[in-house]
Amino acid sequence: MKDGSQQRTPIITDKHKEVIWAYVLTLPAFLILLMFHIGPALSSFWYSLTKWNGLTAPEFVGFANFMALMKDGEFLHSVWNTILFVLGAVPLQVILATIFAVLLNMGLKGTGFYRTIYFLPVVTMLIAVGSIFRWLYNSEYGLINYLLGLLHLPQPQWLTDPGLLLFSIIIAEVWHRMGYNLVILLAGLQSIPRSLYEAADIDGASIIQKFFNVTLPLLSPSLFFVIVISLINSFQVFDLIFVMVGEHPSLLNETQSIVYKIYEEGFKFYNMGYAAAQSVVLFLMIFGVTLLQLYYQKKWVHYQ
Amino acid sequence: MRAVPIKSLSVHLVLIIGAIVLMIPFFWMIITSLKTSSEALLIPPTLLPENWQFSNYINVWKESNFVQYYLNTFIVMAVRTGGQFFLCSMAAFAISTMRFPGKNIIFVMMLSVMMFPPQIVMIPVYALMNQINWLDTYYVLTVPMMAGAFGVFLLRQFFLSIPRDLYEAARIDGCSFPRIYWSIYMPLSIPALVSLSIFVILGSWNDFLWPLVMTSSPDMMVLSVAIASFAGEFMTDYPSMMAAALMSVIPLILIYLFFQRYFIEGIALTGVKG
Repeated sequence: MKDGSQQRTPIITDKHKEVIWAYVLTLPAFLILLMFHIGPALSSFWYSLTKWNGLTAPEFVGFANFMALMKDGEFLHSVWNTILFVLGAVPLQVILATIFAVLLNMGLKGTGFYRTIYFLPVVTMLIAVGSIFRWLYNSEYGLINYLLGLLHLPQPQWLTDPGLLLFSIIIAEVWHRMGYNLVILLAGLQSIPRSLYEAADIDGASIIQKFFNVTLPLLSPSLFFVIVISLINSFQVFDLIFVMVGEHPSLLNETQSIVYKIYEEGFKFYNMGYAAAQSVVLFLMIFGVTLLQLYYQKKWVHYQ
Repeated sequence: MRAVPIKSLSVHLVLIIGAIVLMIPFFWMIITSLKTSSEALLIPPTLLPENWQFSNYINVWKESNFVQYYLNTFIVMAVRTGGQFFLCSMAAFAISTMRFPGKNIIFVMMLSVMMFPPQIVMIPVYALMNQINWLDTYYVLTVPMMAGAFGVFLLRQFFLSIPRDLYEAARIDGCSFPRIYWSIYMPLSIPALVSLSIFVILGSWNDFLWPLVMTSSPDMMVLSVAIASFAGEFMTDYPSMMAAALMSVIPLILIYLFFQRYFIEGIALTGVKG
């Protein structure tokens, strides 16, 4: 029997080497993702079915957390606030980014200069953006109300009027995020062949017709990407609420988002099981919206 | 014939208004940071400070530990970016070029991470970190983000566009796998690697909730957490708050202004390949 094994080809063949190297190259990233992302995400589903303070052993309670969530007025409010925030922030930042991208794509002088400025808010830390806007919004001493006063316009209580607060936060978010979308959309516009516009010109198409029949369909993959990213991002709104409203606990109810609730329940009150259930709801919402978009993209996104 | 200049003039006008609106918060942050706290509350506000209070910066610097915040933020950023640069590209190389059992499962599992918002992993990770005593250390701020699903996906897309012939030819010449990875695929993928790095740098710089939850001691504070705590502390001392805000945003803004082509092309590429 020993003789038989000696006649074999080398024990480690090229194919083996390939497999070994493939694992060596893949495993570091895979293990990190498995240990700190995939595993924890899955265990969140389990924790959402437990009562747990993060220290002692979790106690299985079935769907009790989800039942409680459905009756938890504060949580339902935070879901509603998050939806309102998404509905306000996403269209606003995508539409503005599209308009400015189209204008920047007209090939005027100074395009690079404008692009530099428009992207500047993106590299500005969001927490700092929040504290700058808190100052700008100050109802007595803030610059915004001063400028509105010069124009004899009403000077609203940006940060203390519960009906307005969410809108104020949306403006700050759009200020921060627009440039990101703009840069992606601009790259999409620049990849549209000029010849298509020339053909449209020969057919006598107006600017508006060219926008809707040439630009928009060919920009749709970039637009789709930008919308998906903005939506996912907006569903996770937290930082701005933390700096702009955090000091007014009485107003938090009107503005707090799902992530804010997760933070509060999980890391202030240590209701980890309950917070896990909230994070599962957030996941399901983002997942659902993303699936819907993937489904509907066939109807409006044109890949060449 | 005059229609064209008027049209481009009106476009310029819109673009300039947009630029001014975007610049006002920066301008006002800088101006306010150089006023005395009583001047900041003047109505009507002064457009330029009456006497420039550079001392605001000195006070903020003295009252807090900015050196430590800068250091922490840069360490976290560098380790995350370096980690993703190497680990994501290694994994992407194997997945896009090599044959090995379990490849598809591993890739799909990695991609699934993109579906999960970071908040869903936060609670179990917190408990895990608590058990292994990693809370309030650099490990918790860096190790989980040293690999990312997006990075693997982006680089895989890029690697797939590199002609397979190069790989085959190198194999025939007896080139080892790590050599092919390092000497052929990496140099050919610089745009994608820059893109990933910018993406990670931006994410790391802005990261707030994770360090807020996972660290607690002042020595572990990153800039975002420090600024948030200032915003609570300085409440009405707006000049100090603006000075602190400026100090926290200026490093990345400078880096951006020096390397802006990479930032803009990098982010644009995430849209094309993502």
